[in-house]
Amino acid sequence: MENVQTETYSSLYRNSILPDTAKPSFILKLQKEALDLFEKKGFPGKKDEQYKYTSLEQVFNNGYKKSLAPQPIKLDLGDIFRCDVPSLDTHIIILLNGFYYDRANPLKTIEESIIIGSFAEAVKRHPEIVEKHLGKYASKTDSYVALNTMMMQDGIFLYVPKGKVLKKPIQIINVLLSDEELMVQHRNLFVLEPNSEIKVVVCDHSLSPADFLTNSVTEVYAGENSHFEYFKVQNEHNQSSQVSHTFIQQEKSSYVQSNAITLHGGLVRNNLFVKLNGEGCENHAFGLFLTDKTQHVDNFIFVEHAKPNCSSTQLFKGILDDKSTGAFTGRILVDRDAQKTSAYQKNSSILLTDDVKMNSKPQLEIYADDVKCGHGGTVGQLDEEAMFYLRTRGIGEKEAKLMLMYAFAYEILSEIKIEPLRDRMTELIDKRLRKELSQCNNCTLHCG
Amino acid sequence: MLHIKDLKASINGQEILKGITLDIKAGEVHAIMGPNGSGKSTLASVLTGREIAQVTHGKVTYQGEDLLEMKPEDRACKGIFLSFQYPIEIPGVSMVNFLKTALNEHRKFKGLQPLSASDFLKVMREKKALVEIDSTLTNRAVNEGFSGGEKKKNEIFQMALLEPTLSILDETDSGLDIDALRIVANGVNKLRTKDNASIVITHYQRLLDYIVPDFVHVLMDGRIVKSGTKELAYELEEKGYDWIKKEIYPELNGSELAI
Repeated sequence: MENVQTETYSSLYRNSILPDTAKPSFILKLQKEALDLFEKKGFPGKKDEQYKYTSLEQVFNNGYKKSLAPQPIKLDLGDIFRCDVPSLDTHIIILLNGFYYDRANPLKTIEESIIIGSFAEAVKRHPEIVEKHLGKYASKTDSYVALNTMMMQDGIFLYVPKGKVLKKPIQIINVLLSDEELMVQHRNLFVLEPNSEIKVVVCDHSLSPADFLTNSVTEVYAGENSHFEYFKVQNEHNQSSQVSHTFIQQEKSSYVQSNAITLHGGLVRNNLFVKLNGEGCENHAFGLFLTDKTQHVDNFIFVEHAKPNCSSTQLFKGILDDKSTGAFTGRILVDRDAQKTSAYQKNSSILLTDDVKMNSKPQLEIYADDVKCGHGGTVGQLDEEAMFYLRTRGIGEKEAKLMLMYAFAYEILSEIKIEPLRDRMTELIDKRLRKELSQCNNCTLHCG
Repeated sequence: MLHIKDLKASINGQEILKGITLDIKAGEVHAIMGPNGSGKSTLASVLTGREIAQVTHGKVTYQGEDLLEMKPEDRACKGIFLSFQYPIEIPGVSMVNFLKTALNEHRKFKGLQPLSASDFLKVMREKKALVEIDSTLTNRAVNEGFSGGEKKKNEIFQMALLEPTLSILDETDSGLDIDALRIVANGVNKLRTKDNASIVITHYQRLLDYIVPDFVHVLMDGRIVKSGTKELAYELEEKGYDWIKKEIYPELNGSELAI
């Protein structure tokens, strides 16, 4: 059965991707290797540890139309702005169905030397940078990553030269817009050279009610002493599914913080792989999801400590309502050489009904002997004592519950250092908890 | 204002209150004293509607209504306030949001409009002065990282803000140094009117030097075993609870009394 799906994608590769021979040889090589792995392995089955809690077979076996070329759709940016973070002063770039939107100006240079724009264009204009990093950090064993690689065409490319600090965040808006069911696979590459600093905010938006499937791969290279902050706001409608893979390689003394906030989206699987590849690195991975109806959100985090004196934290929280399900896997691998490692992870969830289900799995694999590692977490209901305290002050049960849920989420929100973004997220979370429409809040399209 | 009649209540199936009868009128301060485990806090729990305390017998009427039928939040909006023995820390809920929500829920209950932001701040400032609460505390999360004294001051601050008709102060003196005790008691005294009443639950007489009660009741093993005026508190302080035990249970010997 699995061969049927695999075959669909293999032939798609042969018919649509392979004939385009204008690509540099390193791309062709990566794609061929990906194809080989994909054909050999097929999609992971139920027994695969890594995809145990999220069954993707069905969504990938969907017969959706594949987004294989940029579409000449004119977006009304005003609409997108309105449902986004209006007070956030950012450099905005847009991906439309996985392709860089601004076709007339596919690659731009901001603040003299920072390059940002279309991945496809970067392959043409800066092949030496792309070749040096592309495929170097992404998994070589994951079939979904292989599928993305063999089909990769466009996405976002971001290059920050040595010592360059960009104060204004870059905001990437992933727009999904189609009358038909659509599958999108974009490929992103962010390169931060030594001593550079940048913040990236990614917002996912579905602007039409069709079913969507996204299988995206983002590779990040954080050079020595670089500083990278990455915020991902997942707010697609509930008929959409997405598998998002983020691979981050950190060099000596670099700092990376990531924050994944999932508000909507029927099925969401986030893979975050971090390799601390130099001494003195710091990584903080935060995540928050709010699910209801039959939503499913699975965060799979893998942090590898390859060098000594690095620290990492993982803090993931979820609030599950109705019949929704969630999963968290947090792997910490401490290599033999990674002495003086400090690593901690925590996963806490609030279950609002008896019908929700949460799987939480911490995994610590430690080969060094002088390390400080810990994990913790809770799965439970709201604090009864706190509920009673609020009620004795005249605050009704419903409002008290909202206050406590909000407080639970706040631990993650407080980590967002970009103030307007934090305020906006706070507002969205509040609306979401109140079950008011938080998706495309002021948007005039009324999709989903 | 409050009539408690032959009230019996259990926690986890164990009977703690074994028949309490008490009448409280407007303008009165009643002290309830007793050794640990005598049922003082359980009484506070029953009056405020904490679920863990199961009422098995008796009646409580508050302003002519059956109190036991009411939800905790409705009791609060009708003027019952509990100053917690151990105030709860609620990380992530800001003091300002908490106080504003509480105050506006009270107003809503009375059919009043919510306070404007500036009016709210004005009220806050006014009440803060009353309990000499550190201004920065209201910028933090509810009770988070507050010292023992700050937590108790915060309780009285909330009391000042919500202006209850019946306040129940559960061991408000515990963990307070003499200065904090004076400030807290001062706050309570300033809030005293002829229209409201207080139940002051305490283990020691010390607090009653500052909050002078009209009546003192001694609670022991789930029953009020002796009632009197403030002099009873002094007598207790001097002679200890054993004195009352002996008086009620003359058949007990010394070693049993020590328990």
